[in-house]
Amino acid sequence: MLKDITIGQYFPGDSIIHRLDARFKIIFSILAAAMLFTAQNFIGLGIAAVFIVMCYAVSGIRFRMILKSLKPIIPLLIFTGILNLFFIKGEEVLAEWWIFKIYADGARIAAFMIIRIITLITGMSLLTYTSSPIMLTDAIEALLAPLKKLRFPVHELAMMMMIALRFIPLLIEETDKIMMAQKARGANLDAKGLIKKAKALIPILIPLFISAFKRANELAMAMECRCYRGGEGRTRLKKLTCSAIDFLALGLILCVFGLIIVNNFVF
Amino acid sequence: MTAIETKNLSYRYGIGTPFEIKAVDDVNLTIEKGDFIGIIGHTGSGKSTLMQHLNGLLKPTDGEIIINERSIWSKDVDIRSIRFEVGLVFQYSEHQLFEETVFKDIAFGPKNIGLSEEEITVRVTRAAQAMGVHDSWLERSPFDLSGGQKRRVALAGVIAMEPQILVLDEPAAGLDPYGRDKVLSQIKKYHDEYKTTILLVSHSMEDIVKYADKVIVMNKGGVFLYEKTDKVFSHADEIVEIGLDVPQITRLARLLKAQGIDIGDDVYTVERAKERVLEVLKNEKK
Repeated sequence: MLKDITIGQYFPGDSIIHRLDARFKIIFSILAAAMLFTAQNFIGLGIAAVFIVMCYAVSGIRFRMILKSLKPIIPLLIFTGILNLFFIKGEEVLAEWWIFKIYADGARIAAFMIIRIITLITGMSLLTYTSSPIMLTDAIEALLAPLKKLRFPVHELAMMMMIALRFIPLLIEETDKIMMAQKARGANLDAKGLIKKAKALIPILIPLFISAFKRANELAMAMECRCYRGGEGRTRLKKLTCSAIDFLALGLILCVFGLIIVNNFVF
Repeated sequence: MTAIETKNLSYRYGIGTPFEIKAVDDVNLTIEKGDFIGIIGHTGSGKSTLMQHLNGLLKPTDGEIIINERSIWSKDVDIRSIRFEVGLVFQYSEHQLFEETVFKDIAFGPKNIGLSEEEITVRVTRAAQAMGVHDSWLERSPFDLSGGQKRRVALAGVIAMEPQILVLDEPAAGLDPYGRDKVLSQIKKYHDEYKTTILLVSHSMEDIVKYADKVIVMNKGGVFLYEKTDKVFSHADEIVEIGLDVPQITRLARLLKAQGIDIGDDVYTVERAKERVLEVLKNEKK
């Protein structure tokens, strides 16, 4: 079911990770991504993976959620795997069939890439699992604040993101309803063949677009009615605050980063 | 003849998540062919979920659904064919409109059945007529119509499949009083003309008793009451207890009864109340 999509879903909780300042959490995520791309061998990746798994354990998010967040990128994983497996040439041949040759190097790099993507997605998901969309957009706005000097519409961007995030579950629900209604009229959504599949989508996409535009219109009207005038002089219900624990976490993540860099030189 | 039968039907949402809810709980129902049944219950009483089982959109967690003597989830039944036997109209059905013209939209269902062009035209015209959709609208875009008109087009879209059973989930929700009466009376007229089995879900007890022969009251995922409309309000106390309303005129009759003037438990229309009150007055004069 569409309702099972979890990317960008927030699981309320009260763990240390939930309580970290969202601004720091975004920086941590960027650092984690950098970490994964710095790691040049399996040991480095292993260190990062263990670190991420530990974060999950601390956050109280169930491990099953990792699998769920990985589900949508399975095609990407397969694609990357196959590409690396067949097109990277090396010396040692592992297997040979018809015109395909699999080299040891190819197999290694394919595995490496797949693990890297998995850890990357898992790490990024933790950010959205443990911070509410409002906290996230506030944090992004705060982090991008220096750009205001360059007349970059930071607040507007954050607002647009927040609205988009807010509307995802609504639109999913709506899609579900429209799909049901068209199925009830005998629409064959499991049709085979590309053209037939695309055609089967029309009865769903058109009503969805119409209702999305209608909603946007209504929201804009409601915002106008409440005299929304952008970010100038706006105060917040929940202020972002950072404490010692955020800096401690920063220290920890920098240590892990350091470890991975050292590991690159040693092995 | 039995049109719909459910045996120990249960359905749970979100199995395996912390949000697991039992939406329908052990429902056993038998609905006869040609009946006009009203279904009422609170938000979350499981009526919409139950309705979505009847044409196989949801698969029951437990139990069985038998439509026209066929268990719909047995292996030899194509579930799509059930959708043509049981027409389901969702709440705010105008959201399902998508074609360029009203005609094409109503024709969507019949086309999916795989009917010939001529047969489609016949059915579209018939359905449009049954729902009071004007001939002059047929070549217009459905998005140019008013809310009530759109609703009738959406209803016609399902009726055009000519299902033997028609399930309507709040067909009048969100319409103004005129649109409401128009939609509901068209449905009633359609029922009288074609003898289709109709299940009408509504929040309004007044609407239900006005049109339905039998009433199903749902509460907490189960069937709380299943009675002929005449007999429903002999259970008025229980109905009020689970937080549902009885029609205004029934409330008045109950107040009168409490005062010692009995005009009967089956008073739910103003006309009947008038008759009974006149009767009581006549008897008093003697």
